[in-house]
Amino acid sequence: MRTYTEHMTRQTLEQKLAILSDAAKYDASCASSGTAKRDSRAGKSLGSSEGSGICHAYAPDGRCISLLKILMTNFCIYDCSYCINRVSSNVPRARFSVEEVVRLTIEFYRRNYIEGLFLSSGIIRSPDATMSDMVQIARRLRQQENFRGYIHLKTIPDAAPELIEEAGLLADRLSINVELPTDAAVKQHAPEKSPAQIRRAMADVRQRKEAARDRSHSGKRPPRFAPAGQSTQMIIGADGSTDATVLGQSTRLYSNYRLKRVYYSAFSPIPDASARLPLISPPLQREHRLYQADWLLRFYGFNVAEITGHHPDGNLDLDIDPKLAWALAHRAQFPVDVNRGQREMLLRVPGFGTKTVSRILSTRRHRTLRYDDLARMGAQMKKARAFITAKDWSPGDLTDSAGLRARFAPPPEQLNLF
Amino acid sequence: MPHVTLPRIGTASAWRDAARGFLAAGVPPEEITWGDTTTAPGLFDDPAPAPRAARITVPRSFITMADTVVWHSDPERFARLYAFLWRLHRTPHLMTDRGDAELARLRRMEKNVRRCQHKMKAFVRFREIGQPGDPRRSFAAWFEPTHHTTEPTAAFFARRFGDMNWRILTPDISAVFENGKLHFERDHPRPDLPDDASELLWITYFRSIFNPARLKVQAMQSEMPKKYWKNLPEAAAIPDLISGAESRARAMALAAPTSPPKRTAAIKAQQAGLKSSWDDG
Repeated sequence: MRTYTEHMTRQTLEQKLAILSDAAKYDASCASSGTAKRDSRAGKSLGSSEGSGICHAYAPDGRCISLLKILMTNFCIYDCSYCINRVSSNVPRARFSVEEVVRLTIEFYRRNYIEGLFLSSGIIRSPDATMSDMVQIARRLRQQENFRGYIHLKTIPDAAPELIEEAGLLADRLSINVELPTDAAVKQHAPEKSPAQIRRAMADVRQRKEAARDRSHSGKRPPRFAPAGQSTQMIIGADGSTDATVLGQSTRLYSNYRLKRVYYSAFSPIPDASARLPLISPPLQREHRLYQADWLLRFYGFNVAEITGHHPDGNLDLDIDPKLAWALAHRAQFPVDVNRGQREMLLRVPGFGTKTVSRILSTRRHRTLRYDDLARMGAQMKKARAFITAKDWSPGDLTDSAGLRARFAPPPEQLNLF
Repeated sequence: MPHVTLPRIGTASAWRDAARGFLAAGVPPEEITWGDTTTAPGLFDDPAPAPRAARITVPRSFITMADTVVWHSDPERFARLYAFLWRLHRTPHLMTDRGDAELARLRRMEKNVRRCQHKMKAFVRFREIGQPGDPRRSFAAWFEPTHHTTEPTAAFFARRFGDMNWRILTPDISAVFENGKLHFERDHPRPDLPDDASELLWITYFRSIFNPARLKVQAMQSEMPKKYWKNLPEAAAIPDLISGAESRARAMALAAPTSPPKRTAAIKAQQAGLKSSWDDG
């Protein structure tokens, strides 16, 4: 009889890759932007990063493929009910060697398939043992292969602080998933995970990153720590949290841990699902609205109460975007005069993005803006027209008309009687 | 009428030199015609006398824009840039006027070229062409850009793939990087590149990272337009992934829950005994 280990080594690299990328696809992030500038022009190394990331392909699910996103192993001693890799699931298991991950990353990178590696893992043996193998992969890439591309390491919150420290010195980004919007939901669906420990580890990463910014008394700059920052992911729709709860949690995460991004992942059917979580089709529209609301919080000067306050059930309107929903609920503040309005108020006009607003501000220093100017500046006038005035444009009664919402919302679906 | 023929390699600096000279000599846009080596001059066009280069001050933002727009495939690009430069010289704040129709058009062309450059950085696919034991590994790709983007994008590949030899061959201009030196060639024939074993692994990855429960074909196609598919090895898998998605998603939803594997209880017991180093202090 073959032992389990012998069985494992018989898998080909291709079989392992199929299993371990299939297992990794539920992590939404594939970002490779905003890290330190590096290149290999001198000819002694491989890779570069230049600020903006590159999506090298798109899968038919519309998602960007920027990184080789794989698990080191999908064996796991935890039993999180939403996860395809939980100990109680019967999915096929596999494990890469350190060498295999290094080779795949380098060979994919040389052919211009990817920007780098996003490495995550199931927990094997112990959190420390797993994290230590992951760090070893990053070390090999940086030190032996002279790899200057992007590395994102999914950090295991229970792993020893010195492992997290080394991970941050090798990787561009660290992330620790908060998993679900509330502590109660984590307790219920991920019984081995501790929300308090997850927060402690995120605070630790923040503190190390800030410490790495300060020069010492001799003026020397310490090595950079996770230059592309830390991020996290929340699964949406696996528990009963409202959008107000989700966005409230995001706001705390952004401010307490200086996160670069919070990712929202619509709970999606997985193979061999747990009986504890009945499968539904993933709430993709809800996920989309949450990302829009997240943008309003970070770049448009909105707060959570403004975005969700006018929805009695605490959930965003699925039919129209959250900025339009806010404007429709606050029509007394419109129309805004694009030739005089303050930046803060221009940012609240539906159909105006941050770029459009800065173009308006720089052009109106020289002349008065007309309706057609705005279209050329990138504004979506179909949305914006009801909420603005310009030199040759006034919305008249449109702003307060009863049918305004219906112009944007999709027509109601025919009721199903049976 | 003077006709300026710009070279296909080094177009940006050649346009700049010519435009600077004409502007200094006070030649208005309607008195010049422009073309590259593929456009025939008109019946009444004479080769332009090279105007003396002169110092002209224009906003830096115009130079940046012009350096990109010259690579657009529109045959009118040189003339449009010069006509705008002519106006800009008399109205210095014109660059900040985002409502100006001609500037908006040039900005749109600039955006087209930048997008084409971005897609080139994304969608070039190298195959290994070197021999084991070569001092530097060698790779080659065939790529078909929409605009004349090879020259302005080649430096990106030189910064990224500094330790290998590579060539990006296109129906337009080809870039060749050997032993750290970059040069351009014209009219390279389409090569027959050898098979590359890593390509199969890449296709396996592409197939496996796709989530059939989240099919969004339109979102994929707007970012990865079909015109690029013929040179992307993974694109051949797309029709199959799309057609199988619905039944795979349904099968996951309908599958009855299974009972946990036998090892579960033992592993859970082991897990419960673990200590975290955060608990020590």
